[in-house]
Amino acid sequence: MSSHAHVVPHAPTGFVSKYIFSTDHKVIGIQYILLAMTAVFVGMILSLVMRFHLAWPNAHLPFIQGGIMTPEQYASLLTMHGTIMVFFVLTTAPQGGFGNYFLPIQIGAPDMAFPHLNMLSFWVTFLAFVAIIAAFFVPGGAPLSGWTGYAPLSGLGEVTGPGEGWGQTMWIVSIALFCLASLLGALNFIATTIDMRAPGMSLFRMPLTVWGWFVTAILGLLAFGVLLAGGVLLLLDRSAGTSFFIPAGTVVNDQLQPHSGGSPLLWQHLFWFFGHPEVYIAILPGMGVASHVLSTFSRKPVFGYRAMAGAICAIGFLGFMVWGHHMFVSGMSPYSGFAFSVLTMSIGVPSAIKTFNWLGTLWNGKIQFKSPMLFALGFVSLFVSGGLSGLFLAQPAIDNRLHATYYVVAHFHLVMGVAAIFGIFAATYFWFPKMFGRMMSEPLAKLHFWFTFIGAYLIFMPMHWLGIAGGIRRYADYTAVDFLKPLQNVHYFMTIAAFVTGAAQLFFLFNFFWSLKHGAKASKNPWNATTLEWSTDSPPPLDNFDGHYPSVYRGPYEFSRLDTVDDFTPQNIPPAEVKRNK
Amino acid sequence: MPGTTATPDVELIHSDHGGTGGGSSGGNGQGGGGNEPSGRAAGVPQRTYVTGMTVGLGGILMFFMALVSAYIVRKGMPNSGWVPLPVFPRVLWLNTAILLASSVTLARSRKLFRAADEEGFRHWWGVTTILGLFFLVGQIIAWRQFAQAGVYMATNASSSFLYVFTVAHGLHLAGGVIALVSVLFRPTHRLTRSTATEVVSMYWHFMDGLWVFLFLLLILGR
Repeated sequence: MSSHAHVVPHAPTGFVSKYIFSTDHKVIGIQYILLAMTAVFVGMILSLVMRFHLAWPNAHLPFIQGGIMTPEQYASLLTMHGTIMVFFVLTTAPQGGFGNYFLPIQIGAPDMAFPHLNMLSFWVTFLAFVAIIAAFFVPGGAPLSGWTGYAPLSGLGEVTGPGEGWGQTMWIVSIALFCLASLLGALNFIATTIDMRAPGMSLFRMPLTVWGWFVTAILGLLAFGVLLAGGVLLLLDRSAGTSFFIPAGTVVNDQLQPHSGGSPLLWQHLFWFFGHPEVYIAILPGMGVASHVLSTFSRKPVFGYRAMAGAICAIGFLGFMVWGHHMFVSGMSPYSGFAFSVLTMSIGVPSAIKTFNWLGTLWNGKIQFKSPMLFALGFVSLFVSGGLSGLFLAQPAIDNRLHATYYVVAHFHLVMGVAAIFGIFAATYFWFPKMFGRMMSEPLAKLHFWFTFIGAYLIFMPMHWLGIAGGIRRYADYTAVDFLKPLQNVHYFMTIAAFVTGAAQLFFLFNFFWSLKHGAKASKNPWNATTLEWSTDSPPPLDNFDGHYPSVYRGPYEFSRLDTVDDFTPQNIPPAEVKRNK
Repeated sequence: MPGTTATPDVELIHSDHGGTGGGSSGGNGQGGGGNEPSGRAAGVPQRTYVTGMTVGLGGILMFFMALVSAYIVRKGMPNSGWVPLPVFPRVLWLNTAILLASSVTLARSRKLFRAADEEGFRHWWGVTTILGLFFLVGQIIAWRQFAQAGVYMATNASSSFLYVFTVAHGLHLAGGVIALVSVLFRPTHRLTRSTATEVVSMYWHFMDGLWVFLFLLLILGR
C-alpha cells in the first residue's frame, strides 16, 4: 500500500448526483450494464418473434399490425435486432459496462481520467438508445435495411419501404449519437490507461482485461469517426438531395430517383472500415476476461502473457485491414479480393496464439469449475467453433456461394455474438461479488450455463448446415419458396432450441436480482485472485481504495508460485510481506 | 509454477506515474485523487489533458480522413458525373492567410504566457480569437458567394463535398473559438491555466493544419 495520505473526496449525497448524473466510474459502469440488459431483453424478444415467424409463418400474432407478419415487418425486426445487439449490447456491456467499472480499479486509479466526460458518454449512449427504440414508434415504423444500413435502400427515404422514411432517419441519428458517445468513451479509456496507472503498474503488468479494454478503445477511436462520417453523408443523401451513395438511374416503384453518380460501394467501404473493427470491439474485452478467469480458476499464470497481450494488439491492428472480406460479392477486383482474403486468414495466427495459450493455461492446472470458469471455457469453445467457419468464409470462391446464406449468420452469431455474451456472463459471475458485495447462487449459475451453452450450439450449429444447403438469410418465409420448403424442419428445430435457451436466461435474471439482496456476503477476495480490484472492499469505496492507493510489485497472474505459502500472490503485496516457504 | 513475469519482485516502475507535482494520481486534477492543481509545478501542463487532447485529435483526424477518402473515391469513379466547382471565391485565400496568421499569434501568446507576461499573453490570445472569428465570417462570405454562383449542397458531388468539408471544419473551428474565449474570461478550476492554453493551442494548430490540407485538396481537386 502506498504511504501517501490522500484527501478522500466527499461522496455526493443527493439521489440524482449519486445514481443518475454520477461521475463515479463504478456507477456509470453499472448504468451501462443496466442499459445493455434492457437492450438485450429487447433484442432477444425480437429474435424470438423472428424465430417464431420462421417456424410458423402463417400464425396469427396479436401484437403485429395486421395480425400476420409481412416480409417488410420481418426485415424491420432483423434490422432492429442486429442494431440493438451489436451497438447497445455487444459494444455497451463489455466495454462501457465492465471496462468502465474495472479498468480504473485494476490499474490502481481513483477514477477515469475525465469523470465528467465519462458521464456525458453514458448519457449520450442512453439518448442513442432512446432514438433507436423511438424508431419503432415513428410513422412507418422501424427501418428495413439491416444493421449495415446498405445504400441505396437506406438512402432514398419512404419510397423504398415503410420504415425507410422516419425509421431510417432515427436509425442514423441513433448511430451518430452512439458514435459520438463511443469516441468520447474511447478517449477516456486511452488517457486513463496511459496516464493513471499506479506506481509499478508497467504496461506488461496490466491484467489482460486491461489490455483488452485498452486496445478496444483504440479501435473505437479509429473506427467510430469513420462510421460517423458515413452517417453524415447518408443523412445528406436522404435529406439534402446529395448523391454520395445513390447512383444515376435508380428506379424504385417505377419512380426515377433524382440522384446521380453516387456509389453504393462507397457506403459499404465506409461502413465496413468501421464494421470489421467493431466485431473486435465486441470480442476483445471478452478475450481479456476469458484469459483472466481461466488463469484464476486454473490457479496458474496465463500461459505466454506477453504473447497474449501481443496477440490482442495484432488482432486489433489486422482488424483494420480486412474490411473488404465483407464485400467479396460486390464485384471487387479479384486482386483486392485475394489481398483481403490473405489478410483475413492471417488473423488466424494471433487467434490461434490466443486459443493455444488458453489451453496452455488450463494444462495441468488445479481447475475449479466455478460459474465464471464455465462461461470462460464456453467462450473459448464458441470462439473456436465460430472462428473456424471464418476461415472458410475468408475464401472469396467459397464466400460467393455462402455469402447470403445462414452459414454467415451462424458464423458471426457464434464468434462475435454468443462468444461475446459468454464473455459478459463470465465477467458478471466473476465480478458480481466485487460490484455488489454479495455472491451469486452457484447452482442457478450452473443451470444457466448448461442450458445456454448447449442451447447456443443447438440453435447455431444447424444454421451452418442450412446455409450450405442453400438456405438464404433474411427470407421471412421458407414455405413460400419451393426449393427452401424441405429446410423448414430445420427452422422448427432451431426455433424450439431458441425458446428453451431464451427461457433459461430467467435463471440468470432471477439469480442476478435475487443475489443483490439475498446472496451470501462476499469477502474482499472470494476467488483468491491477484489483481488490484480484489485488494479493496466489496463494493469498492468512492475513490476505489479509500485513500490508500496501491503500488504494484509484480505481474497480474502470479498463481501457485513454488516459493510462497499461498497459491496466489496479489500484485500489491510488497515483496517483504509475501509469506515464503522456508 | 513460478510467476509469469521475468521482472523481479523488487523492481518498481515509478516513471509511469504522477505528472509533476505531489499526489499520486497522475494528471487527474479532479474528483477522486484529491490533488489540487496548485500542488503541481507552475507552467507544466497536466499530462492527462494533453494525452486526452492528443487522442481526441486522432479521432477527429479519422473523421476527416473518412470524408477525404470518400471524396477521392467518389471523384475517381467512372460515371461519377463530377463537375468541377465553377467558381472559387478569392476570400478563401484570405481566410487561409488569416488562419495561418492566427497560429503565429497563438504561438506568440503562448511564448509570452511562459515568460509570465500576463498582459502580452492576453493581448495576443485576444488577437488569435478575433482572427478566428474573422475566418468564420470569411467562410460565411465564401458560402454566400458560392450560393450566388448557383453552387448549392445538391448541385454536384463537388459542391456537396465542398460544403461537407467547410461546414464540418467550420463547426470544429467554432468550438476552438469558444475554447479560446473561455480561457480568456473563465477562470478554470479543473485545468490549470497552463494546461488550458496548451490543449487549446494544440487543438487550434491542428484545425489550422487541417484547413490548409482541405483547402489544398479543394484547389488541386477542382
